[in-house]
Amino acid sequence: MAAITMRLPVARKAVVPSAPRGGEKHLVAPGDTITTDTGYMRGHGTYVEEEKLIASVAGAVERVNKLVCVKALKTRYNGEVGDIVVGRITEVQQKRWKVETNSRLDSVLLLSSMNLPGGELRRRSAEDELAMRDYLQEGDLISAEVQSVFSDGAVSLHTRSLKYGKLGQGVLVQVSPSLVKRQKTHFHDLPCGASVILGNNGFIWIYPTPEQKDEEAGGFTTNSEPVPLSDREVISRLRNCIVALVTQQLMLFDTSILYCYEASLPHQIKDILKPEVMEEIVLETRQRLLDLEG
Amino acid sequence: EDLRVDGRGCEDYRCAEVETDVVSNTSGSARVKLGHTDILVGVKAEMGTPKLEKPDEGYLEFFVDCSANATPEFEGRGGEELGTEIANTLYRVFSSESSVDLKSLCINPREHCWVLYVDVLLLECGGNLLDVISIAVKAALFNTRIPKVRVLEDEEGSKEIELSDDPYDCIRLNVDDVPCIVTLSKIGYRHVVDATLQEEACSLASLLISVTSKGALTSMKKVGKGSLDPESIFEMMETGKKVGKSLHIALQKILDEEESLGTSRQKVGFLG
Repeated sequence: MAAITMRLPVARKAVVPSAPRGGEKHLVAPGDTITTDTGYMRGHGTYVEEEKLIASVAGAVERVNKLVCVKALKTRYNGEVGDIVVGRITEVQQKRWKVETNSRLDSVLLLSSMNLPGGELRRRSAEDELAMRDYLQEGDLISAEVQSVFSDGAVSLHTRSLKYGKLGQGVLVQVSPSLVKRQKTHFHDLPCGASVILGNNGFIWIYPTPEQKDEEAGGFTTNSEPVPLSDREVISRLRNCIVALVTQQLMLFDTSILYCYEASLPHQIKDILKPEVMEEIVLETRQRLLDLEG
Repeated sequence: EDLRVDGRGCEDYRCAEVETDVVSNTSGSARVKLGHTDILVGVKAEMGTPKLEKPDEGYLEFFVDCSANATPEFEGRGGEELGTEIANTLYRVFSSESSVDLKSLCINPREHCWVLYVDVLLLECGGNLLDVISIAVKAALFNTRIPKVRVLEDEEGSKEIELSDDPYDCIRLNVDDVPCIVTLSKIGYRHVVDATLQEEACSLASLLISVTSKGALTSMKKVGKGSLDPESIFEMMETGKKVGKSLHIALQKILDEEESLGTSRQKVGFLG
C-alpha cells in the first residue's frame, strides 16, 4: 500500500534556546569585530586588521585564557592528529591511495601506513605495490586514524591497528564535522544491536554488530552475507535518528544517539523524518541529556 | 522485505510540502518540496496566435531552468542538457489530447488564443526530479487564473479584445486529467518509487510513466543505461498506476484544502 503524505508548509518557529550553560554564546559572522583589545592571541577563524580582531568564519567565539578562536558551525573537515576518520578511496596511485574525507584537499593513505593482512611487519616490496588494488579499490570505504597533517592542510592517514581497515556492509551518513563531539573512543557498540563509527570528518558509519570479535584479519575481508531484516530495521532507525539530530543541530555522540533511538521507538521508522515527529523526539533527547548533566 | 535505507517501503514517497500562489506576478505558481528536492513552477498566460494545424486550440510551452543553486554541476551551462531533456519529457507527457482542455484556451479561431508558458525552476536537486516537477506543474495549473476576455466586433469587421477590469473575473483550468509522472527505479531485483540521490546512483534503469487521476497511462519512457526485462516492465507499470492514483488523490486533497483556506491562508513563501 503506497503511503503518500502531502502537507501545506508551516512557517518555522524560532527555536527557544535551552538554558545557556556558562553564559551566552557570542555568535559572529565573517567580518564582525570580536574585540579591539590587543592583548589576545588569535586562533583559528580569526585575523587581525588595524589592531582589531575580526572573525573570518561564521560561528561561536571561544575564549581560552588569552586565546580567541571562532568555531565555525559548518565547515570542511580540518585534520588533527589522532582523529578517527571514515573516508572513501578516490584514486590508487603509485605508493599510496587518495581518500576523500570531506576536507579541502584529498587525504593520503600511504602504502607503508597500511596494515598488511595477517599483521606482518615487513618492508613493502614492489609486489605489494602492484597488489595495491587487491587491498583497496576506488569506491571502497575505510576507517583510519590521522597520522600527520601536511603544511598545506592535507591529512595523512594510517590504518596501523586491527580495528581500522575496509568497511563492509552498512549505511553512511554525511554530516557537518562540527557536530561530531570529540570523545575518547569513536567506535561504539550500541545496545540496540548495531555499531556505529563516528568519524571526526562528519562521516558516520552504521553497521550491524559482528558476532565474532576475535576474527580480525586486518580488516580486509568483507562479509557479503545478506543482513537480517531486524538488523536492517535497527540501522535504518539509527540513520533517521542521526538525520533528525543533525537537522536540529544537536551534538552527535553515543549517548545522544542512543537517547534519540529510544525516544523514536514508539514511531514507525519512516515517520521519524516527518518534521513534527523529528522535533518531538529531539526535544525529548535534549531533555534527557540536560537531566543527565544534572 | 520492503525496507529501504530510510525506513520507507518500496512504494512510499517522502513527505511533500505543496504551496501555490507563491509568485505574485504570474498567472499561477506552485512550489513543491519533497525531501531535498525543491521545485518552483510559474505559469504565465499570454495572448498568441494558434498553431496552424490546430487553429481552434491554445497550447502550452514548457521551459526548464536548472538553477546553479541546485547542485554545482549546474554552474554556467551545465544544466542546459538536463533542462532540455526534462522539457522534452514534459512535452511528451502533455502531448495527449485529453490532458488539458486546449479548446477552452481559444479566443478567436485562427487568430487569437491563450498560450500558457510553464516555467520550471529547479531550486534543489535531491533525487526524483520528474515526479516533483509534474506535481508542481499540476498544482500551478490548478492555481492558474486566466482573465476573461470579450471579443468586440467593429463596424469594419476588425475584432477588438477587451480584458475585464475585475481581477477576480477569470477562468480556471480543469486539471482532473492532467497526468503526473511516476518514476520507478530498478535496484537489484526490486523497483522503488521516489528514489533519493543515493538510490538513483545505485539504479541502472528506470521507467518513467505518466498516469492520470483515473489510472490511465499517457506516456512511458525508459531511462538509464541498464536493461529492463519485459516482465518487470509490466510489474513496474502496475505499481506505477497504483501509486499514481494515490498520488493524484493526495495532491487533490491538499489543493482543495489550500483553496478552502482562501484569503485567510498565511503565505509561507521562501523566507518562512
